[in-house]
Amino acid sequence: MTMQPQVTTNIEVGQLIGSVERFRNEGYRLVQIGCTKVGDLYEINYSFDKDYHFENIRITIGGSTEVPSISGMYWNSFIYENEMHDLFGIQVRGMNIDFKGTLFRTAVKYPFSQPPVTVTKGDKP
Amino acid sequence: MSKQIIVPFGPQHPVLPEPIHLDLVLEDEKVVDVIPSIGYIHRGFEKLVEKREFTEYVYVAERTCGICSFIHGATYCQGIEQIMKIEVPERAQYLRVIWSEFSRLHSHLLWLGLFADSFGFENLFMGAWKTRERVLDFMEETTGGRVIQGTSKIGGVRRDISSERLDRMVKDLDVLDREMKELTTIFLHDDSIRHRLRNVGTISREDAYHLGAVGPTARGSGVAVDLRKTGYGAYDRLNVPVVTDSCGDCLSRCTVRAKELFTSTDLIRQAARKIPDGPVDVKVTGAPDGEYFMRAEQPRGELVHYLKGNGTKFLVRSRIRTPTLTNIPPLIKMLAGCDLADVPVIVLSIDPCISCTER
Repeated sequence: MTMQPQVTTNIEVGQLIGSVERFRNEGYRLVQIGCTKVGDLYEINYSFDKDYHFENIRITIGGSTEVPSISGMYWNSFIYENEMHDLFGIQVRGMNIDFKGTLFRTAVKYPFSQPPVTVTKGDKP
Repeated sequence: MSKQIIVPFGPQHPVLPEPIHLDLVLEDEKVVDVIPSIGYIHRGFEKLVEKREFTEYVYVAERTCGICSFIHGATYCQGIEQIMKIEVPERAQYLRVIWSEFSRLHSHLLWLGLFADSFGFENLFMGAWKTRERVLDFMEETTGGRVIQGTSKIGGVRRDISSERLDRMVKDLDVLDREMKELTTIFLHDDSIRHRLRNVGTISREDAYHLGAVGPTARGSGVAVDLRKTGYGAYDRLNVPVVTDSCGDCLSRCTVRAKELFTSTDLIRQAARKIPDGPVDVKVTGAPDGEYFMRAEQPRGELVHYLKGNGTKFLVRSRIRTPTLTNIPPLIKMLAGCDLADVPVIVLSIDPCISCTER
């Protein structure tokens, strides 16, 4: 099976707009923005593709850090930015379409920012 | 300027098998803006990775979608295999291609039927679904399941297909091709259908690319992106043509899917010809420690399973980016400026799968 080459570069929040601008200028398309809770921190991956070359940039932030929106460069990013706000509680500044927490109607607020589920023996089906 | 009014479209609508809501801002009969809302049935099952072992999570991943379930399961398994550096037997890789392409046939035929229904061609709807039954019969015979196959596992597949059955399958494909030819001839050449779909919901190549369109939605605008070209599974040993069309309207998206039916049967024939003998799985020990973005081509477009493990049996994160989620921004672009009467056809032209989106 052919391995897809994948590059992930860690950057600071302040470098985000400049890095995304480089991808935009080089003709990459935005594949996705995804968030992962690691301990008390959040990793946010911005994935881009051009001619099957797949590249990621990653910022790692605390829960109270505000992240700038990239919707000025990638209009379609609003769907991912609203998603990470609604599921993880990440504050995104300057979104072109801000659903203000109503894109995903969840019973629990910011469900993916809750502590991980602990599995005990009795929980096994 | 005419007075603007907002007409709600969905979440329940005859063309929508699943709920999505669009607020259509209208000036007379023209749509000038669209505000989408999803999340009516969000299941949050990405969170289940925290309490299902990574080997059990295959079943959860498969249930992301009721149409392309096999591809979800296989993509998840391939992601884990990349993290754990597992060498999957060649035969299993070819079997995954065969079932994936049958899933694509199933999905495209289902969509063609629904699309015919959306513009009121009931007879064609029934014809497409009748042909789809042949595909489902094959899936049932070889996996035991019509919709959820359950044959993917980490390290290979759970079932084999005998060479006699593969030979019979290749012969059956000729019948399937004949039926699909009759069906697609109507879709692509009937005057009333062409009149209904041509120049409706048009999106340019540049907009489709920059707004993140994937799958037939992108290829219908001339963006030649097909993740099978990256060569995952056994696709690197098969000739995968990328079907595109250039007009970017509803007819173009229909044309791409109609032609891809024959690409799929061709890929199944190629795989059946080249499949080697041998085992279909390997024993897996240990637990995933690392991360991987596994990308695959679903019937609706590029699928991404992001998987992150920490060396325990429970993954830290499973993030599924489905094609419908990324096709929503291009849909907004297509709808702006269209007539209200065209909205159902345009919405259906991206083949929305809300159950995937609400994983």
